[in-house]
Amino acid sequence: MSKQEQHWEKSKGLLMMTLAIWFVFSIGIFLFGAEMNEVTGPFGYPLTYWFTCQGSLGIFVLLIFWFANRQEKIDEEFGFSEKGDD
Amino acid sequence: MIKGNFIDNLPKVYGIYTGGFLAFIIIMSIAEQMGMTAKTIGICFVAFTVAIYAIIGYLSRTAQADAYYVAGRQVPTVFNGMATAADWMSGASFVAMAGGIYFKGYGYMALLVGWTGGYVLVASLLAPYLRKFGCYTVPDFIGTRYGGNLSRFMAVVVLTVASFTYVTAQINATGTIASVALDIPFQYAVYVGLVSILLCSMLGGMRGVTWTQVAQYIVLIIAYLLPVFWISNKMGAGFFPHFMLADEVARIGELEQQFGFVANTKESLAMVPKGLAGITKAHSAVNATPWAFISLALAMMMGTASLPHVMMRYFTTPSVKAARKSVGWSLFFIFLLYSSAPMLATLSKLSLIDPSLPTGIIGKSIAEVQAIDWYQNWNQANLMFVSDFNGNGTLELNEFFMGGKAVVLATPEIAGLPYVISGLVAAGGMAAAMSTADGLILAIANAISHDVYYKIIDPKAETAKRLVVARVLLVVIGFAGATIAALEIQGILGSVIWAFDFAMSGLFFPLVLGVWWKRANKEGAIAGMALGLISGAAYLVWVRTGGSGFLGITQLTFGIFGSAVSLVSMVVVSLMTSEPSAATQRMVDEVRVPAGRSIIGKQ
Repeated sequence: MSKQEQHWEKSKGLLMMTLAIWFVFSIGIFLFGAEMNEVTGPFGYPLTYWFTCQGSLGIFVLLIFWFANRQEKIDEEFGFSEKGDD
Repeated sequence: MIKGNFIDNLPKVYGIYTGGFLAFIIIMSIAEQMGMTAKTIGICFVAFTVAIYAIIGYLSRTAQADAYYVAGRQVPTVFNGMATAADWMSGASFVAMAGGIYFKGYGYMALLVGWTGGYVLVASLLAPYLRKFGCYTVPDFIGTRYGGNLSRFMAVVVLTVASFTYVTAQINATGTIASVALDIPFQYAVYVGLVSILLCSMLGGMRGVTWTQVAQYIVLIIAYLLPVFWISNKMGAGFFPHFMLADEVARIGELEQQFGFVANTKESLAMVPKGLAGITKAHSAVNATPWAFISLALAMMMGTASLPHVMMRYFTTPSVKAARKSVGWSLFFIFLLYSSAPMLATLSKLSLIDPSLPTGIIGKSIAEVQAIDWYQNWNQANLMFVSDFNGNGTLELNEFFMGGKAVVLATPEIAGLPYVISGLVAAGGMAAAMSTADGLILAIANAISHDVYYKIIDPKAETAKRLVVARVLLVVIGFAGATIAALEIQGILGSVIWAFDFAMSGLFFPLVLGVWWKRANKEGAIAGMALGLISGAAYLVWVRTGGSGFLGITQLTFGIFGSAVSLVSMVVVSLMTSEPSAATQRMVDEVRVPAGRSIIGKQ
């Protein structure tokens, strides 16, 4: 397998992981919205309510930064990262 | 100021700007103490901020295609994040979102999840790859990846349908705010709004829009957060509302139990002015089925990843790596406002319905409520209404009605904040609507001038001529949008959601598969765009004209149907026709590698 193919395989792996986490917090948990709302979540808000106000939103922010860092590492590993600063 | 080392000086420039704006707020509040009228304060706020944007727009003027179309590809990640956040958060987010949460609770909050979760798709599936491509516009990517004028043209059609649906709502919002703040009729105010919008974008194109959007973000976020924190502190609800409103949320639940949701008769509701609603849904309880919630969130997420005015912001970063990070910053800046909207809705609702608070009106006598100053003001503005349906003389929960905009616009006054805050909120709403309208009009005008005029009609046109065409189109599209906005045929929020559905119906899969599926070819992409858009639009018309719909897909989520048709037709047609040329496949391989020159720069 060429270097480029390996790089793409790893990138696809990272994509799948990112989309899996995204799926859980944008769709998965809301299948159980009513049940989860009985539980008290962070700061004392009902759990599902908290996810819709802050939880899922905040997780998405962190997820994107995490993804960007991981992808940069993959690019560097294969020598595909751009020269210069960002 | 914009010359030489401008990019290096950005933090300083915008730091001074923010300080200046805060000083302006303080000066205005002193002026209020000294007896300046509410009307003058409103005019000062809107006129001062719009004048600043116009100056930035003028200083950013350019005669270069690269600067005009992609701001010279040198916008740093954090600033591009702010610009995207302003581009993204429209008049609807600013003025209507807290109201939607106030009235509809959980079912509406699918929009919060959808409008943020979409950025994960943008960051992981599209933005870095399109940045590597080096295109000027989204149809530029489609046209180069798939080849042929027809695919390029179809992409322009989808872009125009989606963005134009969106932009009329934004011009409408600038008109509404300008008409209130400047006290002129709406029909004229729409054009005042339009001129302000064009001042930012006409001379500098994307460069002008970028630097005004950063300035607009700063105004709108201050205008949103300051009242939320102030009200929360004044009510004694907690100095940092986001972490401290659990008791208030629980208290609303208690009051809902105590009052009950009494259904009004048809005859009673007929007396309520159009556009106003009562509290009929639980505040924090789950009040929608899982599919209703998930389908709306999903439609908004896929729509986010297909809207060209957002995507093109990531063409302006210096590198692919910066494009990825910049998506993260965009969402962070959006998060600041979105996570505050539910808090504002909570504070607003509790202050109105809790009888133990001095501002609470439920349980008071109708005559007493009708005598309150702020009630009279907002009743006159057609945003509040009470009526004694059961004739017992006291105001019940089901007898109090309010417009969605009132949550943002009236809560500061109800909570007893000085008028200067209301002026600030008007300036914030204006900034939100203007920045989004700018991005949208520019997206349409750039697609038509670059993809239709330069790439299809006259590929030999000189830069100067191309930029003249781009600017003429900007004005024409702006006026077309304003003319339709002046007719006031659609509500702000409904048409915003439709724009997402149109975009995802026609563009989501052609864009994503263009990067992630090498086998996708021209015929498939054309089929995907055309059939997706047509079937989505047909479904919308069908449901609007009394059709029952299927699978619980409503007029707000018709993009789910459209994009499914788009995916199937794109895959089937691609597989039935020959695979893309070796050159195209090599191009896709190169897009997947961040290093090296951009694809279009090479040609």
